[in-house]
Order: sequence, then structure tokens, then C-alpha cells
Amino acid sequence: MQSNVQQFPPNRTEEADAHADHGHDHGHDDHGHHEHHEPGFWSKYIFSTDHKVIGIQYGLVSLSFMLFGLFLMVMMRWQIAHPGVPVPVIGPLLAAVLGQPAAHGIISPELYNSFGAMHGTIMVFLGVVPLAFAAFGNYVVPLMIGAPDMTFPRINMASFHAFYLGGLVMLVSFFIPGGAAQAGWTSYSPLASTIPTDGQAFWLVGMVLLITSSLLGAVNFIATIIQLRTPGMTWMRLPFFVWAQFVTAFLLLLAFPPLEAAGLLQLMDNVAHTSFFLPTGLAVSGPVGQVSGGGSPLLWQHLFWFLGHPEVYVLILPAMGIVAEIIANNTRKPIWGYKSLVYAALVVGFLAFIVWAHHMYLTGMGQGIATFFQATTMIISIPSVVILTCMFLSLWGGSIRINTPMLFALGFLPMFGIGGLTGLPLGLAAADLYLHDTYYVIAHFHYVVAPGTIFALFAGVYFWFPKMTGRRMSEFWGRVHFWCSFVFMNLVFMPMFAQGIKGMLRRMSDGGVNYSAAKVPGVIDTLPGTVMELNTWILWAAVGLGIAQIPFIINLFWSISHGEKVKSDNPWHATTLDWQTPTPPPHGNFAHEPQVVRGPYDYSLPGEVNDYTPQSETGGKSAH
Amino acid sequence: MEIPYTVKNRPDTGIYNAKLGVWLFLASEVMLFGGLFSAYVLLRVGAPEGHWPHGWLDVRFGTVNTILLALSAITTLLAWAACKVREFGKFKFFHGCTILLALMFLGIKSYEYHDKWIHYEIQLKDGTFADGHLEEQDDKQVVLHGRIVKDEKDLYDLRAQKDIQLGEVKIDRASIVKMQNYGPWHNTFTAIYFTLTGLHALHILGGTLVIFYLWGPGSKMYKTDPERFTNRIEVSGLFWHFVDLVWIFLFPVLYLT
Repeated sequence: MQSNVQQFPPNRTEEADAHADHGHDHGHDDHGHHEHHEPGFWSKYIFSTDHKVIGIQYGLVSLSFMLFGLFLMVMMRWQIAHPGVPVPVIGPLLAAVLGQPAAHGIISPELYNSFGAMHGTIMVFLGVVPLAFAAFGNYVVPLMIGAPDMTFPRINMASFHAFYLGGLVMLVSFFIPGGAAQAGWTSYSPLASTIPTDGQAFWLVGMVLLITSSLLGAVNFIATIIQLRTPGMTWMRLPFFVWAQFVTAFLLLLAFPPLEAAGLLQLMDNVAHTSFFLPTGLAVSGPVGQVSGGGSPLLWQHLFWFLGHPEVYVLILPAMGIVAEIIANNTRKPIWGYKSLVYAALVVGFLAFIVWAHHMYLTGMGQGIATFFQATTMIISIPSVVILTCMFLSLWGGSIRINTPMLFALGFLPMFGIGGLTGLPLGLAAADLYLHDTYYVIAHFHYVVAPGTIFALFAGVYFWFPKMTGRRMSEFWGRVHFWCSFVFMNLVFMPMFAQGIKGMLRRMSDGGVNYSAAKVPGVIDTLPGTVMELNTWILWAAVGLGIAQIPFIINLFWSISHGEKVKSDNPWHATTLDWQTPTPPPHGNFAHEPQVVRGPYDYSLPGEVNDYTPQSETGGKSAH
Repeated sequence: MEIPYTVKNRPDTGIYNAKLGVWLFLASEVMLFGGLFSAYVLLRVGAPEGHWPHGWLDVRFGTVNTILLALSAITTLLAWAACKVREFGKFKFFHGCTILLALMFLGIKSYEYHDKWIHYEIQLKDGTFADGHLEEQDDKQVVLHGRIVKDEKDLYDLRAQKDIQLGEVKIDRASIVKMQNYGPWHNTFTAIYFTLTGLHALHILGGTLVIFYLWGPGSKMYKTDPERFTNRIEVSGLFWHFVDLVWIFLFPVLYLT
């Protein structure tokens, strides 16, 4: 049945090699220009306009940033568990590199605040979003829709370089006098304008660069998905991953600019001494400051969370897309409720813009507003639950293949479930009054992002690695990585629910010692010893989580050259177009423009020889 | 490898890539300026009674600038139409006009900024306020062209006061409590005024540079690929119209209310 149409994958291994080398691009593409020059290292790896190279650039840089974010987290956990005690092993290094704030290897409260602010910033804006959206989106979306590249390849390159530059600015800010930003990843004013460090200005400039990068990326993604779908790839034949990236791109396009506006205003506050966010009569440790006043601290919070909440869905939607692809592939049956998934993602995307003030119940913005946002917050949980339910139901009756990507995808489901459900009390204003700014909040959103999104991203790395390199990552070490991460993630975050419910506040550099029963005996509602002890447990679980990533790092780099070679271009026997290209895909991706004739998940069609029918394969019955 | 639909419309979407891209970019720009305009609204609504300035900006300059930008919108459209009918000379003329109009706009804007920069409010030890344009200053005294008011509130609503007498005001350095010009730090009005118009002026500058490039060195493409070149004029024109539109909102919001 493959013989009567274009052959996918056509027999072109040598050609793929030639393309992969970027050697003489004299393939049989009948619709392409041929580049006869030999690109050097710089134009091939650094200034590349190929969406796959850019995707991998994003991937490696963001994984490095995530590792760095993890390091900051472990340092903070040490300080929380053992306040004022020099950090073992790494302490002297900190003292040598950072100087006074880390004198004698002890993390000062200011440094702790820096680490906290930068951990959040790095994980969100330099780690998870670039990996989930820019890396996977760049690599996979054009392949899935049958496009030769992104619509604007040079803008794509500019997007990566703006991102890289933004990351550098963030890193440099650690070494300036006063250190990096200390006002939390949310940078609330007037705190952000009164801490005596230029780190905040660096943070803002870095953010403007990152926002520029995501703007360029979002425009590119939307234009690519609208304009470059191959013939036959109708909207309802798009894989769910593409839909998820499409909605994500719209969130980035429309939600980030208000933060850019807010960033510009705060930059004016910090550099030009305006008072956009500084109220009249603001006194900082002493006399009333010399500012004109009249500004509104609430304004910053509104503008920040107008981005901040859609950002949550920017973090989670691509992850859901990855999990949907992997579940369909490994249950060998169509994803359950494809249309429900698509509409749910669109509804989430829309509602994401009108829930932001549920982060602000305690700001005194007024009960009427709180009631409105409480209602929308409850409503947005419906489409999220629809998505998760569809994925659970997809497992029903499937002949499930267990492999590393599938393990991570399966791990995602309950972890994201816990994260989502524990969010409901926070969405209700009455319960939030108690839980706000406690470790309960930390546990909640980390369950969504860390064992949720990041597990899905690991799943994606293991899943698409064979397409990127032509080799598989080690299955054994993959499973070690999964089980250790799974156990330690839960050991890190589960105790935080208990701590939060007991009233332990976040952002305390001493881990709550000053509020503990041991320190202030006889006072009602102090933190009991059992809750304080959990800090030590969490520390060692966090160290364990760090160690659990070592097999992954080694596996990732070792497998590039030593992994088991894949025998075909479609090692997972998948249906979507990304597996119908040569391996690794050459510049321009497809040998011939693919013609799509069916929906994305035609697995186990009755009467077919194989249990998968690629989207470009004619003949047989079509499910959609 | 060639990206499809860079020049021709895709049949089912009816649009070519760059045009879609610039519309998406403009959607994000709407959100950017939307965020700043909502900041303006919140600051103004939150300002204490009688503290929001009126009549601080010269409506005459604002009107002239509005007309300049409106004219530049017309010349941009005509330049694109000239490209469409392949009349290169006309294109050169009309976009030349666009660039001149844009430069005149920026010139007037700079003059207005300068005017605010040399405008000082001086708090005096006797509780009064001197306000006016700086004429000269040395170690001993400051000379303003302006007036002295008893209450700072009198400086806010200039539109309500019909007969403001301005003259030379000489102030002894020793009697000054605080001296500050009308820069962004002066109050939230000047802050949002400089931020909004400054960002808008940067957009004008960027748009002018692009149009200048397409008018000058970039116009070589007209000879090799006139259709693609026309598309470029259209896309840059869309951006230019957006920037004009922002000014249509800025003018009443800052100058007229």
C-alpha cells in the first residue's frame, strides 16, 4: 500500500547523511534551492536558521539553566534546614565567587533572597518555557505539520539570540555589587525599587530581552501553523501537540506585552526615579523617601499577574501536548476525545486571561473583584480537568507499551492531578486567606511544574531523541532516572503541604526557626518540632533529586554518539508526520511535500496490517 | 529549501506570511500599549482630588503633530498604491514625503521635551512655589520666566485659570527648599507622559528607519522582485498606520483632557 504514493520514509539514508553534514545539498528535492556552499561551525551551530538546530540550541541552553536553577534550590534548602551554617563542599566556592554575601560559605539573608528570586526567574523564563515551547516547539511543530522550516527562519534565529542574551544578563547580575535581584520572581513594587542593588535593573533588562525573544517566537509559531501546514493537514488533523503549541503561542503573544509595559515602568522607577508603583509618603527604613509619589503598588501586581497567570498555562499546555502524543503512541490507540482536548485547550487559552487576580486576594483590591476572579478560577479548572480526563481515559483498554517516555508521561498524570487539585483551595478567596504565601502554595505550583511539566519535558527528550540523533537513549538508565526522580520529587514537595497547612511562610531565609516552638515556647500556633524537622528531610530529598539527574545527563550526552542506533526512521511506530522524515531530518525536512489524508492518531485501525497508519498514508480506512 | 507563501497568498488563508506576521506583531503591540494605557487610567483615577494636571501640554503642538502623522498615513498609502501600479517615481516621492513628515514630527516632539526639561518648579522657604522656564542660574540666584503661586495646587489645573501672568522671577538660592524640572520624576503625569510618548517616539524612529531603508538602499529589490518589494511596503505601511493610530489615542488622552 506504500508503493503507489510518495514513499515515506523513502529510502534515503545516504542522502540523509549528506544533508546532516550540510555537505553538498544535491538531494532530489524538487521544490528547493540548493545551497552549494559549505557552512562553517558558526553558521551551522551558532547562527543557524534551521528550526531543528535552533530547537536543539534552545534545548541545551534551557536544560543548563534548569540545572543551575536546581543548584540554587539545593543551596536554599541547605540554608533553610541549617540557617547560618556554612554550606559544606560548595561553601568555599560560593565565598570565592560571590564574596561578601557568601562570606565564610554562609548564605546571607540577602543572598538567600537573590537565590530565591533567581531560582524562580531562571526556572520559569529561562528553563521550562524555552524548553517546552521554544525547544520542542521549534524542533517538532514544523515536522508535525509537514513544513520545510518556520515561516521566518531569520527571526527564529534572532529569537534564540535575544533569549541567550537575556540569560547572560541574568547571570551577570549575580556578580555586580549588591548582587542579583532580591524581590522574588514576582518583583513586587515598592520592594523591587527600594532594595539597594542594581540587580533589579539587570533583571528588568533581562526580562525585556526574554520577552522580545518570546514575542518573535510566538509570531513565528502562529504564522507557521497557519501558513505552512502541508496539503491535507486541516485544522482537525493537527496533532494535539501542535494545538497546544498554537494556544501557547497566543498566550505568549498577548500576555507578555503587559509585563513588558510593567517592566518598562519599573525600570523608569528604578533608573529615572519616577513613581509609577511608589505611593505617596513611602518611607523605607527611616524618613519618607524623596519620590514624587502618587503611584500604585497594585498596578504592578495587576500587570505582572496579567502575564503571570497565562504563564502558568504556557508552562503546562506544551507539556500536555507532549504527554498526549506519547500516550497515543504507547497505548497504540487513538487519543480519547481529540476534539474535546482541542476545544478544552482553546477554552483554557481564553480563560487564562481572566483569572489573574486570584493571586491578589490579600492585596485589598476589594471583595467584588475577588468574587469575580474566584468564579473564573473555578471555571478554568473545568477544561483542565477535561484534558486530564481525556488522557486518563486514553489508557483504558490500550495495550500499553512501557518505556521511559511512557513512564514519564504516566508519572505526569497523577503529579499534575495533585498539583491541580491542591490549587482549588487557593482559588477560593476564603481558604486562600489562610494558605496564601505559605509552603502550601510552593508545594501546589511545584507539583504542577516540577513533577508535572518537567516530567513531560523529560518524556519529550527521551521520545524525540531518536529523531534528533538517530540513536536511542539507554532504556535502563532512563528508568533509573524516572524512578529516582519520581520518588525524590514527592519526598521534596509532599512535606511542604503539611508545613504550609501548619502555617510556615515561604521566603523565610531561616526556614521558620524564629516562629518555631523550640525558639518561642509557650506561644500559640508556633511551628512544632515535627514540622521543622521536615526541613532536613526535604534538604536530603532535594540532594537526592539532584543526584538522580546525573544518570540523565550522562545518558543524554553518551547516547549522542554511543546509543543504540535506530533501525528505521520511525522507531516508535508513530503516525504523525515528524516520524516520516529522514533521521535526523535534513535542512528542509521532507524529501517531498507530504500529503496528509487522515487524522493524527490512526492507531490499530481494524483491517490494517500494521497497528499504526501514518497521516500521509493513503489506502485503508480513515478514522477522521 | 524555500519557504512557501513568502510572496503569494496561501489560497485557503488568503494572506502571505509577512502580512500575517506583522498583524500578529501588531496584536502584541496593542497589548503593550494597552498595558501602558491602563496604567495611565489607574494612575489618573487613583490621583488625589485636584492633583491630576490639566493643560500642561501645548495643544497647538499636539494638533500640528496629529496632522503631520495623518498626512504621513496618506502618503504611506499612496506610496504602496504607486508600487502596486508599478510607478516607481511616484513611490519615491510619496515615501520621501513620509520620511520628511516623520522627521518633522520627531523635531516638534523633541522641542516639546526640551520645553519640559527647562521648566522648573521651585519650592521656597516661605511656603510659596515659583514655577517657570529657566532663563539663567548661577551660585547666587535662579532666574525663571514664570510666576509665583501660594498653593502648589494652583500649578495643576492651568486650563481653569484664564489670566495667568508670566514674568521674570528672580529667586535667591538661599530661599530654595527644592528645585525640580518637569522630567519624568516630577509627578505621575510627567512620568506617564514621557514613558508613553517616548515609547511612541521610539516606534516612530524605528518605523522611519525601516521606511528609509526601503526608500533608499532597499529599493533595489523593486527591479528584481517588484511584487515582493510591494509586499514589504505594505507590511511596513501596516506598522506605520498602527503607530499613527497610537498617536490618535495619545493626543486626546494627554493633551486634551
